[in-house]
Amino acid sequence: MLEVRNLSIAFRTRTGLKSAVRNIAFTIKPGEILGLVGESGSGKTITSLGVMGLLPPNAVVTGGEVLVDGVDILKLPPAELRKLRGSHIAMIFQDPMASLDPIFTCGDQIVEAILLHERIDRAAARRKARELLEKVRIPDPERAMRSYPHELSGGQCQRIMIAMAVACKPRIIIADEPTTALDVTVQKQVLELLRGLNEEVGAAILLITHDLGVIYEVADRVVVMYAGDKMEEAATADLFATPQSDYSKALIDSMPSLGHRAERLPVIERDASGKVRSVRPEPRVRPVAAGPVLADGDRPLLELRDLCKSYWVKPSPLSMPVEMRAVDRVSLSVAPRTTLGLVGESGCGKSTLSRAVMRLYKPDSGQILFKGRDIAGLSDREMRPFRREIAMVFQNPYGSLNPRQTVAQLVEAPMVIFADGDAGQRQARVRSLLEAVGLPAAAAQKYPHEFSGGQRQRIAIARALALKPSLVICDEAVSALDVSVQAQVLNLLKDLQAEFDLTYLFISHDLSVVEHVSDTVAVMQKGRIVEYGTAAAIFGNPKEAYTRMLLDAVPTVGSMRGGKEGA
Amino acid sequence: MIPAAILRATRSQPAFLASIVLLVAVVLIGVFGSWLAPQDPFLLDPQSVNQGSSAAHWLGTDEFGRDLLSRLLIGVQPTLLVAIGATAIAGVFGTMVGIAGAYGRPLVQFLIMRSVDIMLSFPPILLALLAVGFWESGVLSLAVVIGVLYIPHFARVAHAATLQVSRMEFMEAEHAMGASAGRVVFTAILPNILSPLVVQATLTVAAAILLESGLSFLGLGIVPPEPSWGQMIGTARGYLGQNPMYVIWPSLLLALTVLAINVVGDRLRDILDPRLREE
Repeated sequence: MLEVRNLSIAFRTRTGLKSAVRNIAFTIKPGEILGLVGESGSGKTITSLGVMGLLPPNAVVTGGEVLVDGVDILKLPPAELRKLRGSHIAMIFQDPMASLDPIFTCGDQIVEAILLHERIDRAAARRKARELLEKVRIPDPERAMRSYPHELSGGQCQRIMIAMAVACKPRIIIADEPTTALDVTVQKQVLELLRGLNEEVGAAILLITHDLGVIYEVADRVVVMYAGDKMEEAATADLFATPQSDYSKALIDSMPSLGHRAERLPVIERDASGKVRSVRPEPRVRPVAAGPVLADGDRPLLELRDLCKSYWVKPSPLSMPVEMRAVDRVSLSVAPRTTLGLVGESGCGKSTLSRAVMRLYKPDSGQILFKGRDIAGLSDREMRPFRREIAMVFQNPYGSLNPRQTVAQLVEAPMVIFADGDAGQRQARVRSLLEAVGLPAAAAQKYPHEFSGGQRQRIAIARALALKPSLVICDEAVSALDVSVQAQVLNLLKDLQAEFDLTYLFISHDLSVVEHVSDTVAVMQKGRIVEYGTAAAIFGNPKEAYTRMLLDAVPTVGSMRGGKEGA
Repeated sequence: MIPAAILRATRSQPAFLASIVLLVAVVLIGVFGSWLAPQDPFLLDPQSVNQGSSAAHWLGTDEFGRDLLSRLLIGVQPTLLVAIGATAIAGVFGTMVGIAGAYGRPLVQFLIMRSVDIMLSFPPILLALLAVGFWESGVLSLAVVIGVLYIPHFARVAHAATLQVSRMEFMEAEHAMGASAGRVVFTAILPNILSPLVVQATLTVAAAILLESGLSFLGLGIVPPEPSWGQMIGTARGYLGQNPMYVIWPSLLLALTVLAINVVGDRLRDILDPRLREE
């Protein structure tokens, strides 16, 4: 049993102690799953590290107790703590690939974990490892034992991690965003597995996540954190039915949930007195570009015809390369000023497709008609004028901005490349773009690392709009963001679409986001478009089994189509 | 911003300030060494050979009775010219080669990186012996030879760093915006591979001084009676028994200078990186 009493943690800084977490208290009984939910920066990870006794050197516990079966681990000497950690506490991390050792086989790693805690011989440990793999329902456990982590998929690696975590029958399992890196369908299986296994093992599970859907699926009780404070603790059903604190209400509101298509998503705001509330912002009243509606309004802006792109991969070093079709005869069309949502699991080829349209790759065959002209076979030089018209917003706001350039230089870059206007005009345009995406003018002289994820994505959007493009490709543009920030960015994208006459190709694995923004939707599986139609048709009446499976797998809160029965 | 950051760093870090003061002093001595020398550095005095410190010779004398302090002071100039010249040559060309080896067309990449490997497979002293054997020895040819020798080292570092940067999403963003190759190299690649290059440069300065001393020791570097630190260290080894301070003075100066260059290079790397700069 894990009991946390009034835990407060602070960071040592040059100016003194800076409080990170204040008076957190919760109890987890054996066999129970407690969800700890909050935005990034809310202190949930630092709380979990405090519980493990693994705080970074610059963090100090300023008060409180962490009781594991009645023993305060914060007072234990390091050697005792290490022993306790090994035998009583297990951890499951966000990135399963990175937390398994790449140079040992998965089997060896599980055996190692078993031998550390049990006095049995190697052969017995191997048998036990095999049983565990069967328990976590890995297809072909023999092969998984022999495989190295890179030979398995992310979901399989996470199953191995879970097998290792439960191998020594820990009293406490801390799972830090265990399914964030996984696809929806895999996420669902892993969560069910974790829940099912725990009924057997009887550990107290602390599940840390920013995804309310995940909490809804598996947690028994929930602690909501915001800016280092505990906002609320409630049974899962109660939290979603009758949230007590304003923040929980706001958080639940801002989720784009399936089946509740709204024009605007509510966002979380904090007023002057520090109170949090949910606001559903009105569309901004800004001068909408009042240009004449184009005569060819019905003609698609972008049309793909039988687009193919293959990779040649060698299954083993000596074998002949095998063709892998990443994009297989894809045909799509996007009308001007509309949004096409492209959904699919990771590895389905949606990123390859977007980069082929950007002409970062040359497609093998097929046509890409942009404003009626085929750009599939153009050389880099011929492609140049089209680069003004097509812009891209990338997934990772931390990686897509050059860390050595100021925001002004970043946003100005496309104009510099196309020698658009003089320095003064460019600066004026940078100012107006920053205003359009809701950033202060003072941001121009700062570097990207000084901004949060959502603000960085705004910078990336400002850069994409610099040359007044007609098509913007958003490749997982909001999937690295917190729910409430995601809502802000989605609202912004909608505002900008009206203001700048934009057409979006919106790529995402998140069906609820796609439903929220899209006019038409294409579902992609293994390089092919399996279903294609209006958003209402796809989400209201999916025809393909694959689409239905994707929809069912989404962890949803209180939706009619939700995955969890009778909750 | 960057000068201000350097000023702030000198205030908070005494080691950084001391290193800068030392390097400025070394450069000044390099320029004005011949005026600063208290005695004629070439004057032979068979009466006072291999002496320790005294009022007449503050740091003692060498095997021909010449004043050590004076020789150390005028020896700064050739040592510095060779070290900085060699590092500049190696840095500029090595970085260009390395970036081309990672960012050029596949055939270019192959040719460049395999030539670099071939060059790396020879011991530097062997190549230096060969090259200096063909050319007249002197400051310029030494700088060029040592510089060329260290091109592959820079190329390797730049190559690895460029490969790493090439996989970042902002490189894709540059291509998506239609940036030219020149723009990509100068705005996206170079600033982001600067950190390892600065470290490599400080290492190369030190290595060049040492290689120069090795070559001078073999009689291929600075021609006697002109002194250089490396040459003095090499000669002094033969007189360790008679006058141990003879080898210690130039070695101490060399070690201090290299240390100062490393400290400054290390701090500069942090200051040049906006993420690490303390505002």
